[in-house]
Amino acid sequence: MVLVFFAYFALASIAAGVLTVSLKHPVHCGLALLALLVHVSGLFILLNAEFLWAVQVIVYAGAILVLYLFVLMLLNLKTDDRYLHSSYLYFLAPATIGSLYVLTLLVRSPFGGVKGDANTLAVLQDGDTYSVGIKMFSDYLLQFEIVGVFLLGAVIGAIVLAKTPKPVNREHRG
Amino acid sequence: MVPLSAYVAVSAVLFMTGLLGVLIRRNFIIVLMSVEIMLNAANINLIAFSHYLESMAGQLVALFIIAIAAGEAAIGLAIIIVVFRGKISTNVDEMNLLKW
Repeated sequence: MVLVFFAYFALASIAAGVLTVSLKHPVHCGLALLALLVHVSGLFILLNAEFLWAVQVIVYAGAILVLYLFVLMLLNLKTDDRYLHSSYLYFLAPATIGSLYVLTLLVRSPFGGVKGDANTLAVLQDGDTYSVGIKMFSDYLLQFEIVGVFLLGAVIGAIVLAKTPKPVNREHRG
Repeated sequence: MVPLSAYVAVSAVLFMTGLLGVLIRRNFIIVLMSVEIMLNAANINLIAFSHYLESMAGQLVALFIIAIAAGEAAIGLAIIIVVFRGKISTNVDEMNLLKW
């Protein structure tokens, strides 16, 4: 059953990713990106990460994608005829060959390593959100604060950048 | 049971798709969307390893990546608006103000 869901989410997210890159109209690309984000969040559910699922749906699909669609609406782009790189076929062939090579390596390699202390039973006992919260506010507190300061800087920077510039003072220049 | 390499393979395919989008698309907004695809591929990888190696660290790093992606989208779109105000285009080939 898990295998069926995994196959569906994986294939749908890859198809949505390819559509995002290949569709011509920017709004269609945005909607394909929405499909990609929702299906990737389904993969998170299969991996017992339901807090990340909620964050993905709320922050990515809810906030970031709406930001993209708002900018597309404000700019009112016309579809460009020359929307791909002029020699994109030269990129396409090496990318396909390289990714096939990497894929065979990845599928064949035995992944393993030192196991941590958060096995599935321990996580499921109190819920994923509880485990993430305990870990974030003990071991990752400094990173959490840094991300907070980073987001504040990003908000201030976006406001400063998007502000309408003042008209240049003629007397000062002349 | 789905093997870990299946998740890693999905993540690799998505990452290559995003990288290809950054390289071949000429619209600045679509280039930013391709960057989001690449960040999502990295998130799949981190959470898959977090699940299979039974450690919480991957999920936390994925959470921080989502926060960074939000900041990146806000700043990138603000830069697009500034460029679009000056010269009416979002084609990356025509943004050559800093080139000489």
